[in-house]
Amino acid sequence: MIVGEQKPFDEIWEMVKGHKQLTVFGCNTCVAVCHQGGNKEAEILASLLRMRATQEGLEIEIKNGGIERQCEHPFFESAKELLDQSEAVLSLACGIGVQFVAEKYMSTPVYPALNTTFLGDVKQDGFFTEKCQACGDCVLGVTGGVCPVSRCCKRLFNGPCGGSSNGKCEISKDIDCAWQLVVDRLEALGKLDDYEKLAPIKDWSKDRAGGPRSFKLEDF
Amino acid sequence: MEIKTNSKLEKVLKGGHIAVSSECGPPRSSDASGIIKKGHLIKNHVDCINITDNQTSVTRLCSLAACIHLKNEGLEPVLQMVVRDRNRIALQSDILGAASFGINSMLCLSGDHQSFGDHPKAQNVFDLDSMQLLQTVRYMRDEGKFLGGDTIKEPPNIFVGAAANPFADPFKIRVPRLAKKIAAGAEFIQTQCVYNLDKFELWMKGVVERGLHEKVFIMAGITPMRSVGMAKYMARAVPGMDVPEELIKRLSGVAKDKQAEEGLTIAVEAIERLKECTGVRGFHIMAIEWEEKVPEIVERSGLYPRPKID
Ligand code: SF4
Ligand code: SF4
Repeated sequence: MIVGEQKPFDEIWEMVKGHKQLTVFGCNTCVAVCHQGGNKEAEILASLLRMRATQEGLEIEIKNGGIERQCEHPFFESAKELLDQSEAVLSLACGIGVQFVAEKYMSTPVYPALNTTFLGDVKQDGFFTEKCQACGDCVLGVTGGVCPVSRCCKRLFNGPCGGSSNGKCEISKDIDCAWQLVVDRLEALGKLDDYEKLAPIKDWSKDRAGGPRSFKLEDF
Repeated sequence: MEIKTNSKLEKVLKGGHIAVSSECGPPRSSDASGIIKKGHLIKNHVDCINITDNQTSVTRLCSLAACIHLKNEGLEPVLQMVVRDRNRIALQSDILGAASFGINSMLCLSGDHQSFGDHPKAQNVFDLDSMQLLQTVRYMRDEGKFLGGDTIKEPPNIFVGAAANPFADPFKIRVPRLAKKIAAGAEFIQTQCVYNLDKFELWMKGVVERGLHEKVFIMAGITPMRSVGMAKYMARAVPGMDVPEELIKRLSGVAKDKQAEEGLTIAVEAIERLKECTGVRGFHIMAIEWEEKVPEIVERSGLYPRPKID
C-alpha cells in the first residue's frame, strides 16, 4: 500500500488559510490504513482547522468529506456536489489522489495534507516499512524476495557493502541491512551458492529515470 | 605474468614484489598544493598513491583532478571512484579522462552513504554498484566498448581493483564476495584496515582454500592508531571496522605522549605478521592525515627500498 504522513499542522494551515471556503477530503484506502488520510482523519483535521480559524479570527467555511479512493473516477460520484461547490480542496490522499482531484477540477485549488512517503507494508500495528520503489523490473526472484532497490540504502544489486554490521545497515542501527536479509533468505532456501551470481547492470529506463510511465490494457 | 597496462602497481605486483600503496585525501579547497606536498612526502616509500573520492561523503577537490596533479609531478596515482555520485555516463567519461592523462590504476568502490558527510540532503546515484563498475572498466579496456555497445577508438588502459572488507557482516559470504569481485574483473584488492589479525587470517585461509589468492593480488590495509581515542572511536563509530579490545588495552597501557609511537609499532608488527600470510601480496597503508609517518612504517617493516620499475 501507499504510506503517507500528515504534514505539520502549521504547514497545512499556511497553505489553506487564505480561502473563504475549504473542503477537507479524505481517501479511505491506503492512507486510511496508516491512520493519516482516511475520512475519519479528514473529519479531525477539519475540526482542528475550524478551531484555528476561530483563534485567528478568520471566517472560513470548512466542510469535510471523503471517498473510498481518490485515484479512480467512479468513486467520485458520491462527492460530486460537495466538490463542485468547493472553493478549495485539502486532499488527504497520497500524491496520486491529490493530482487526480486537481485534474478533475481544473479551476479548483487542491492542496496536499500528506507527505506521501513510500510503498510499504504494515509490519506491525502502527508500524509501516518501505518495501518497493516501483523500479519497473522486479528482481525479487533472484534476491530471495528482498528488494535491494528500496531496502538497501545504496540500492546495491551485488551487496552487501563493507558497512554491513550485525545485520544492520551502515547508516543506522535502526535499519536492517537488506543484504544480510538476502543472504539469510538464500541460506534458508538452500540457495546460498546463488549469492555468487553477478547481477546484471540494471536497466533504469523502466524506472522513473525513463520518464513518466503508463500501462494500457489494449482490450479495454 | 602478462602485463596488460602501464600501471606501476601492476608491474610491481606481477614482478613478484610485495607492493606498497598509500592513500591521500584531497583538500576541501581549490588549492591542490597540500596534496602535492603529501604525495612528495611519501613518493619514495610507496609504489603508488590512492586518491580518495569525496571520502566519507565530504565534498572535496575531485579525485581525478588530484590524480592529474600528482601525475604531473611524476608520481603514480590510483584513482578511487565511487558509484554514489555519478551515473554510468559520468563514470565512463571520467575513466576515459583518467586514461587520457596516463592514470593507469583505479579502485572501484560503492562509497559511504551521503548521510555521513557534509550534504546529507543530497540525492545519491548508485546507477551501477562497485562490482558493476569493475565490469565496466574491464569491458571498456578489454572489449574496447562502452556499456552502450559503441566502440571506443582508444580504450582506457587501466589496471583495476576493488576493496574488500573481511570484517563486515555476514562473515560467511566474505570469501564468496571476493570471488564475485574477481569474477567481475578485479585484478587487485585493497582491504579494510586490519586490526583483528586472527579474523583476517581466517578470511585469508578461506581465500587460499578456494585458490582466489592466485587470481587476484591482495593488499592488506594498514592504518596506524594515533591514540587510544582514535582506536575507541573507530571501534564504536566506524561501520564495518573491527578493533579488538586487546588493541585498545595495549594503547591505554602506555602514556598519552607515547601512544602514537605505540600505534606505529602495532602497525609495523601487523605488517611483519601478515607478510607471512599466504596470499598477502602487498600493503595498503592509510595513515589518515598522518602521511609523514608512512616512510617510517615502510622502513621499519622492511619494505624499503621500493623496487625500481621503468
Ligand atoms: S525490485 Fe523493483 S519492482 Fe521489485 S520490489 Fe524492488 S523496487 Fe519493487
Ligand atoms: S549496509 Fe546493507 S543495506 Fe546498508 S548500504 Fe550496505 S548493503 Fe545496503
